[in-house]
Amino acid sequence: MNWFKYSSPQTFYPLAGRLVPLFYVTAAMLAAAGIYIGFFVAPTDAQQGEAYRIIFIHVPAAWMSMFIYVVMAMWAGIGLAFNTRLSSMMASALAPTGALMTFIALWTGALWGKPMWGTWWVWDARLTSELILLFLYIGFMSLQASIDDPRRADKAGAVIALVGVINVPIIYFSVKWWNTLHQGASVSLTRSPSMATTMLTGMLIMVFAFWFYSIAAALMRVRCIILERERNSDWVKQMNGPRT
Amino acid sequence: MNWGSVGEFLAMGGYAGYVWWSYGMAAACIALEIAALIARGRQARRESENTAGG
Repeated sequence: MNWFKYSSPQTFYPLAGRLVPLFYVTAAMLAAAGIYIGFFVAPTDAQQGEAYRIIFIHVPAAWMSMFIYVVMAMWAGIGLAFNTRLSSMMASALAPTGALMTFIALWTGALWGKPMWGTWWVWDARLTSELILLFLYIGFMSLQASIDDPRRADKAGAVIALVGVINVPIIYFSVKWWNTLHQGASVSLTRSPSMATTMLTGMLIMVFAFWFYSIAAALMRVRCIILERERNSDWVKQMNGPRT
Repeated sequence: MNWGSVGEFLAMGGYAGYVWWSYGMAAACIALEIAALIARGRQARRESENTAGG
């Protein structure tokens, strides 16, 4: 299979159109399973009672907020380096979904922090760096929106995206590097997870649900961007059929 | 099974507001994003068809 075939907007547009429903359906099924496990199989937490059930939204959203940023910066960087249109469009398509995930992570974090720490918000390393991530997404989107020429907007956005990527390891390691109210990683590659198995299973299934949802939303958005930018090109005119 | 009744489930051990506002906001955000994407797609298709016709 020739993957480069799909690197042009013209061939990617119909492919993405076929993939979008698949990813939405998978995401919905995973979310249903994850929520079922999260509420009906996973036991009550010994310390946090039922409040911990926020984890099934909070951790997947927080992971996706960082992961999407890295993927967005990667596409933006490829677009900048090789001048490939579709890569830059992918970066622009990911930004709003990444911002949404960041917002959900902050929102659910506040609702979890209030009953557990006694406060909605503290200016500590983890929370502040996650808030900066939200501002990076918003900065990327508003900068691109303010530049009329799409190719120049791609280049300017790529610079913000690539500079901002330094924030992602800062978020991730903030709980190790600084004293913070936020608990350390519950799941890591180097040691066994500090959670009950059913809690962990539910959480990981929700991570995949959020993952598939993000892909579906980004593909749907990239189709919009392709059409908006290429509506004067021959292939769009052909796709729409001749009109007299 | 963790819950003896629907009421117990909804009460979330006294954390109902925190838990349901988390899930509700996440669901609302996702619903809004999908609605916005559908609207943007429709608009993009309409404009591209008009361009092709023009």
